[in-house]
This record gives sequence, structure tokens and C-alpha cells, in this order.
Amino acid sequence: MTKLGTTIRYIVLFVGAIVFLFPFYYMIVGSLQTETDPTIAGAFPNPANLSLDNYVNVNERIDLVSGLVNSGIFTGGVLLCTVVFGVLVGYALAMLQWRGRRATFALALLVQVIPFQLLQIPLYVLIARDYGLADTHVGMILPFAINSTAVLIFRQYFLQLPKELFEAARIDGAGELRLLWSVALPLVRPALVTAVLLTFIGPWNEFLWPFLITKDASMQPLAVSLANYISTVAASTDNPFGAILAGAVVLAAPVVVLFIVFQRYFVSSDLGSGVKG
Amino acid sequence: MSSPTVRAPLGRRIFGRQPLGLLFSSPYLAFVLLVFAFPIVYAVWISFHDFFFAAPGAEPDRPFVGFDNYIYAFSNPQVIRSFGNVGIFLLINVPLTVVLSMLLASALNKVVHARTFLRVSFYVPYVTASVAVVAVWLFLFNGSGLVNTLLGPLAPDPSWLINENLAMPVIALYVTWKQLGFYILLYLAALQNVPKELYESASTDGAGAIRRFFSVTVPGVRPATLLVLLISTVTGANLFTEPYLLTNGGGPNGASTSPVLMMYQLGIQQGQPDVAAAIGIVLVVGVLIIAFIQNRFVGERES
Repeated sequence: MTKLGTTIRYIVLFVGAIVFLFPFYYMIVGSLQTETDPTIAGAFPNPANLSLDNYVNVNERIDLVSGLVNSGIFTGGVLLCTVVFGVLVGYALAMLQWRGRRATFALALLVQVIPFQLLQIPLYVLIARDYGLADTHVGMILPFAINSTAVLIFRQYFLQLPKELFEAARIDGAGELRLLWSVALPLVRPALVTAVLLTFIGPWNEFLWPFLITKDASMQPLAVSLANYISTVAASTDNPFGAILAGAVVLAAPVVVLFIVFQRYFVSSDLGSGVKG
Repeated sequence: MSSPTVRAPLGRRIFGRQPLGLLFSSPYLAFVLLVFAFPIVYAVWISFHDFFFAAPGAEPDRPFVGFDNYIYAFSNPQVIRSFGNVGIFLLINVPLTVVLSMLLASALNKVVHARTFLRVSFYVPYVTASVAVVAVWLFLFNGSGLVNTLLGPLAPDPSWLINENLAMPVIALYVTWKQLGFYILLYLAALQNVPKELYESASTDGAGAIRRFFSVTVPGVRPATLLVLLISTVTGANLFTEPYLLTNGGGPNGASTSPVLMMYQLGIQQGQPDVAAAIGIVLVVGVLIIAFIQNRFVGERES
């Protein structure tokens, strides 16, 4: 390995990191500017021009707290269903012998490549029109309820557990639910964190589906209310970018913070196995 | 469902050695049936019938109309254009994604210092909501934004997002940047499976760094490349949020509409779900054909 090669590698990677991070830095700086400053000087924080006014302004137009609460319920519902039912099916796929096991596994793989655009219209007809679940949290959660990638991650982790442990416990008379709860689950805690993290970013960031089925502003997740604010503002003459950026920071912050705190669980091998099956 | 454990011998014959597995899996199976299997069949059905939104409980007559919805959809120049747009999008986005994520992943795989920092910075756009990041891009790429300020006299006129020739390429660049972290992740996983000995023997044979990249790394991560191609194509065909927000609903003059945006506008805004379903099915068939070709040329050959 030459010195020159290593240096070039670091330069490329750090330039890449700047390209990836700058928009986030700029998002925060822009959200704090009292007067929007699109010049080069505006990319550096100027103490005379900093305030939280934009956060107050955007909060007057879209209720940030209610948006966060709706995003939280949407995401929380998906997480709950994914963890409870996903762990059950993951355990069944890895540990139990039953008819239909291979077919179920194939289904979990197949579901990942089904594009949402095919489902968009029929799901809208079914959920919003036939079941009357428009403007409800259940309607929002339903299409995302069990994340198939998480199911595959759970399966992968359960497969790695030593079989003897389970045989022994079964001979001692432990039921499968008890085995799952007190033997298997404690051993796969890292998989839980990885799956929760991965599942979290889906509904929290999802725009199209909640946008389709929530017309009532008080039911909209933050991504939808912020998008509506952006699209109405973009049509008007003056562009209050500061307020938009403040909303963007509020929407982005929870995921970015969670991700940075738990980044060591977001490793290639776990997710790779989930995606590849 | 009657409990299979009570009639153990018969139950086992029907459901396998541990029928409890089926019980554990039943919520997931019900979910897949309700949210994937049935809606797919329903989408095909809708696309061949005269379908419109009706009040809950009403049972309107929905006659079979053959390919009428398809003909109606594709006699609309806007719809044709949206497919052309997504074609442009894929031509820019997919190759760029493969090249950049492979390069960055293999560079990242070799460094020792600042690994965590680099990894986290590459993944941050991927984990953040597109709606939030779009806000910054709007700020950066608007007429008097920072990008144009930096470019000075070189700034395009009309500006990026309101320029017919540039709107779609900017969206393609945006999505490439936004999703790249995920593909870097996939390549990093694949690189762990490339045997170190291959690099060593290539080095002893006198291959330089560039030669090693092309003759060891690229073939070594071919399964991941196929996956990246497939996922980026499916993601690209799903394009909606970016043209909806970045170019204010597919502007200028429909230069950045996408099929999914058309499905929303025709199907839900204008109340023609049957036409939208037809567009969706053509789109998915198109994606399947592209995926098949990719699999044919990049996938592992069985001999």
C-alpha cells in the first residue's frame, strides 16, 4: 500500500463526507437565520443574524407538536407490530418445523421487491374508501405494520443461536413461547436494536402513503404537514426558507440523533443478511 | 382456527412437526395477504374495469372494459412524458449509484482512521426524511441560492429546478446522493466476502491498485452489484416525493413528472383510479423487464 494511495483515499472519503454533511449543516444554519442569507457569507453563522424566530414562525403555520405526535404514533404502531409479530414469525422460520415454512420465507423475500406504486391505488381504494380508515392512525399504520426486512433479520439471528440450548430446554418441558421469551429473545437483543432502527426510519420518513390518506391537518404526520407547507409556500411569491428549514430540522433531528447514538448497530453484516435473506 | 395441538397426530400430519410455527406466523401471513397479495390482484382487476370512487356501502356497476384504461392512459402525452422522464432519471441515477457506492465502499473498507465518522456521514442522508432534505436542496438550488451564487455567471438560466433540461437531472442527482449510503452499506457487506488472498496474489503478480480494483473487487462484489441495480431501479421507478416537492409537482411544463406522480394526479386527484392502476401495471411490467435484463447480464451465470 503506497503512501500516496492512502492519502488519495482519505481525500476522496473526506470530500465525500463534506458533500454528505454540508446540506445538514446548512439546514441548521439556515433555520437559525433571522434574515435568509443565500450568499457565501450566509453559509457561516453570523451571531447578529441568529434567532429561533423561524421555529416560532413555522410552528404558527403547522402545529409541530401535533405533527411529531402523529409521526410518533404512526412509527410506534409500526414498531410495535413489527417487534411482536415479526419476532414470532422470525422465530417460527428459524426454529420450528412446520408446513409452509419455506413458502413463508419466500414470501418475506418477495414482499421486499414489490413496488409500492402497484399497491398505491388498490390500497387507497381499500383502506380509505372501503374500510373508511382515511384520517386514522390505523389506516396509516396498516400497509407498513410488519417490516419484512426486520422479519428476515430476526430469522437470521435466531438461526445463529445454538440448537442444543433449545433442545435441552424443550426436554425440560419449556413451551415454545417461554423458550422464545426467556431464552431466544435475550440472546438476540442486538438484532432487536438493528431491526427497530431500520423499521423506525420507514414510517417516520414516509411521505406518499400518509399524504394520500390524511386530509385532516390534525392527523397528519410531520413529513406530510411540512411537505404541504413547502408546496403551498413554493407557489407564493416570497420564499420564507428559514421557516421551511426550521421544520426540516424538527423532522430530521429525531432520526439523525437516534441513528448517531445507535450507529454501531447499523452495521453492514446484519442489514446485508436481512436484505439478501 | 381449531387448536392443532389438541389433535396432535392428525394436526402434525397436516401442519408439520411443530404446528405452532404456523400459529406464530399467522399474523404475518394475514398481513401479507391483506396488504400485498389481495391488493395486487385487485390492481389488475381495477385496471380492466370501469372503476370510480363510490360512497362506502354502494355497489355500483363496474363493467369490464378490456384495455380501454390502458389506451386512455397512454394516449395522454403527459403520461408518455412521465415514462420518458423516469427513463432519463434511471439512466443518470443507476450507473452513478453503482460506480460511486462501489468506489466509496471499497475506499472505506481499507481505511483505519475516522471510520465511524465517515460511515455515519455517508449514511445520514439515507436515514433522513426526503421531505426534510428536499427543503435544503430547494434552498441551495433556487434562483438566488448558494449554488448559483458560487457559480456566478456560470449559473444556468432559467435556474436548475425551473429549467426543462435540468430539472430531471437535478432530481436524479439528488436521489443518488440521498440513497448512496444504503448502497455503500450493501457493498461494504459484500466486500467482507472477497477473499484477502486474491488481493495478495494479484499484488505478487504485479497488479497495481487500479488493476486490483477491476480484476478482484469488481468481480468479487458482483452479487451486490446486481442487488444495487435492482433496488435502485425499483426505487427510481417509485419516484414521487422529489418531483412533487423539488419541482413543485413535476414542473416546468411536465419536464419532471414521474409515473407515480401521474398516478396520484389522475387516479386520486381526478378520480380515475382505473387509469392510474393501468399506469401502475405498465410501470411494474417495465421494471420487471429491466430487472430481468439486469439479472441476465450481471447475475451469476450457472454452468
